[in-house]
Amino acid sequence: MDFNFTEEQSMLRDTVASYLQDHYDFDKRRKIITSDAGWSPAIWKAFAEELGILGAPFSEELGGLGGGATENMIVMEEVGKALVVEPYLGTVVIGGGFMKHSGYADAASVIEGIVGGTTVIAFAYAEPQGRYTWSDLKTTAKKDGSGYVLNGHKAVVIGAPWATHLVVTARTGGGQRERDGVSVFLVDKNSKGIVTRDYPTVDGARASEVFFENVSVPADALIGAEGAGLPLVEKVIDEATAAVCAEAVGSLRKLHEGTLDYARQRKQFGQAIASFQVLQHRMVDMFINVEQAVSMTYMATIKIDEADAERSKAVSAAKVQIGKACKFVGQNAIQIHGGMGMTDELAIGHYFKRATMIEGLFGSVDHHLRRYETLSFGKAA
Amino acid sequence: MNLEFSPEENAFRDEVRAFIAESYPAQLRGAQDEGEDLTKEDFLAWHKVLAAKGWVAPSWPKEWGGTNWTSTQKYIWGEELARADAIPVLPFGIAMVSPVIYTFGTPEQKAKFLPATYNGDIWWCQGYSEPGAGSDLASLKTKAERITGDDGKEYYLVNGQKTWTTLAQFADWIFCLVRTNPTAKIQEGISFLLIDMKTPGITVRPIITMDGGHEVNEVWLENVKVPVENRVFEENKGWTCAKFLLAHERSGIAGVARSKRGIERIRQMAQTELNDDGTALITDPSFKRKVAELEIDLTALEFTELRTLAGESQGKGPGPESSVLKIKGTEIQQRITELALEAAGHYGAPYFRGFPADGDNNHPIGPDFAHRTAPNYFNTRKTSIYGGSNEIQRNIIAKMVLGL
Ligand SMILES: Cc1cc2nc3c(=O)[nH]c(=O)nc-3n(C[C@H](O)[C@H](O)[C@H](O)COP(=O)(O)OP(=O)(O)OC[C@H]3O[C@@H](n4cnc5c(N)ncnc54)[C@H](O)[C@@H]3O)c2cc1C
Repeated sequence: MDFNFTEEQSMLRDTVASYLQDHYDFDKRRKIITSDAGWSPAIWKAFAEELGILGAPFSEELGGLGGGATENMIVMEEVGKALVVEPYLGTVVIGGGFMKHSGYADAASVIEGIVGGTTVIAFAYAEPQGRYTWSDLKTTAKKDGSGYVLNGHKAVVIGAPWATHLVVTARTGGGQRERDGVSVFLVDKNSKGIVTRDYPTVDGARASEVFFENVSVPADALIGAEGAGLPLVEKVIDEATAAVCAEAVGSLRKLHEGTLDYARQRKQFGQAIASFQVLQHRMVDMFINVEQAVSMTYMATIKIDEADAERSKAVSAAKVQIGKACKFVGQNAIQIHGGMGMTDELAIGHYFKRATMIEGLFGSVDHHLRRYETLSFGKAA
Repeated sequence: MNLEFSPEENAFRDEVRAFIAESYPAQLRGAQDEGEDLTKEDFLAWHKVLAAKGWVAPSWPKEWGGTNWTSTQKYIWGEELARADAIPVLPFGIAMVSPVIYTFGTPEQKAKFLPATYNGDIWWCQGYSEPGAGSDLASLKTKAERITGDDGKEYYLVNGQKTWTTLAQFADWIFCLVRTNPTAKIQEGISFLLIDMKTPGITVRPIITMDGGHEVNEVWLENVKVPVENRVFEENKGWTCAKFLLAHERSGIAGVARSKRGIERIRQMAQTELNDDGTALITDPSFKRKVAELEIDLTALEFTELRTLAGESQGKGPGPESSVLKIKGTEIQQRITELALEAAGHYGAPYFRGFPADGDNNHPIGPDFAHRTAPNYFNTRKTSIYGGSNEIQRNIIAKMVLGL
């Protein structure tokens, strides 16, 4: 048993952490997220060229660092600490995940684009009606000659305004909610017929509603087997969920540390508010929440290559724990900061907002509890 | 023990309901429906309708415009306002400073401020908190020194900083706690001053909250000359006014009627929002259970409030028990915003402040209710912080109610 990082992994963490400390402090981030573009292509270029982290989970033959889920976890925790909006999750974890697991013919060149920072991917999976059932798809892909024609509406596609490509789930057959008939496509975002409506999100990123209006894609846009894409989607979303658990851990650590610092320094009634026992116990409970979140993130990351059911159970368990921690630690961080916690000026509120969005990302606590129950006890009669 | 309304009370409810339906300002309704920030004019439009009707300050003494309603009538009034999604009358003038003025003020102060406040001609803000004085309010440092002006009149020269001042950007007057005796025991050197916001030396700076709104401000006071006749009650006895006012601030804070309406709205959202299995969210056992628990908690709060009110009408003032109402009321308000955000699902994420400007109505961005759920959730965290934080309320109950 060993929970230590290898030397390379520790180095990866230190490199990312120190780069972000220098180039992505709170004020610099604020400039980035309030700029017209809402992200920094220069930072992205540095991720690719200076740090090489966009290759963290890819093999060395493909130009990567030869890592996997643990490397994603390490990077994502730092992403969470600095509240990085640039789309490591969508591009490297998700886009890269689809390339690694699908036997996609052109995977090597797509990964080359990801590692080099020129291919930026957003994942268009959710639909307005679908909530967290990834097979609930109204978007269709109809066979047309050798290729397909896509029609439909994808909801809240995070990072779409920055993307060069979209990974899109669509129905090539089957009924709206059936497991069969789901296919996955890699689509150039400049394709004719893609209409987007771009907007900021409450946690400082950008997203789009993406409408496919008779979008023609070639046959080789298909990722994986036609109509049998759902297990692949579930695998990649599980990996992405484990990765956002790691991101949450980064943000939760900051919420907890920031609260301890503030409570030590803020004086009321002639003493530091950290001396009030009720607040001490609250901060202890926050600490316990953070530690449990770390443990569950490790657990899910370690089990990420297990068989489908085992993997999904681990990821859902982790996401339940993380979702609860995001709420408890986030709310109490604000509470203990008093009025200061409510302000836009302090970082604490921004961590709280990101943690809140992570709570619902890839499924709420209720959703993952239900999935865990089904996997652990079998389907209800 | 009786919950039935009498025929007169039912008639009163019908009258109130019809009045709100007929008189609620259309422009304000539109702004609310669009989720826009309300302007000063929006707030005042409703205030002035109520003032003209004679219903803006039901709890005031009759001679200054109170309605002499029974506690049942006040209860009905609150229920109907919430039911119609009418904005609350802002508390600073009507519910906070005016009771201090009609209880402790001079005849001149009453004549000058009460009618103008009633009619909405004076917008008040509350200048209590300071950067160093939040929960420990009595440690406030803004100082007021007696001087004789060039005109031979007596003034206080006020210097210091107030913060978190709600809607000070719209205010005509601010009521402040200031230190008039720096050497006395901390509660004993404080006075209660009314200050015209147009006085030279006052600067208001916005504080933006994490939901992106501008509702609070810093108020800086630099050599602000305040006529001595603007002090309410005796010099160095301001803490008496402050304590009296805090009790008033807490008594309306349970917000039962509005929380009922909030839960009703969640039930509506959950009728149209779909669950994982494609059926209405409200049929999801875990979501339904959370709504049920919330309703039960709210019922417990409602009956606790009714018991408190019954006690008050028998002459017991709003005592430290009102801290129970503040704690439970705000916790319930916060849980309502959590459930609304949960109901919104993916569409809790889009941020709509000043956005989107493209006017593309053919490509909608989620259901209308969804855009406000995350900002509301973030903003409502304030309720357990202000008005005496929930930790401070528990300290009060521990000391004053349980005698610990
Ligand atoms: C949106 C908003 C609007 C406001 N509007 C106004 C206004 O119009 N006018 C005005 O004067 N003020 C206003 N306030 C200020 C409000 O009253 C203060 O924020 C409040 O009193 C808390 O003070 P603080 O923010 O300095 O927090 P602090 O007092 O620093 O408290 C920080 C944390 O420590 C806890 N704590 C403090 N003392 C103790 C203790 N003895 N035991 C246990 N825990 C303790 C608190 O509960 C809190 O969790 C507003 C605040 C907000 C957020």
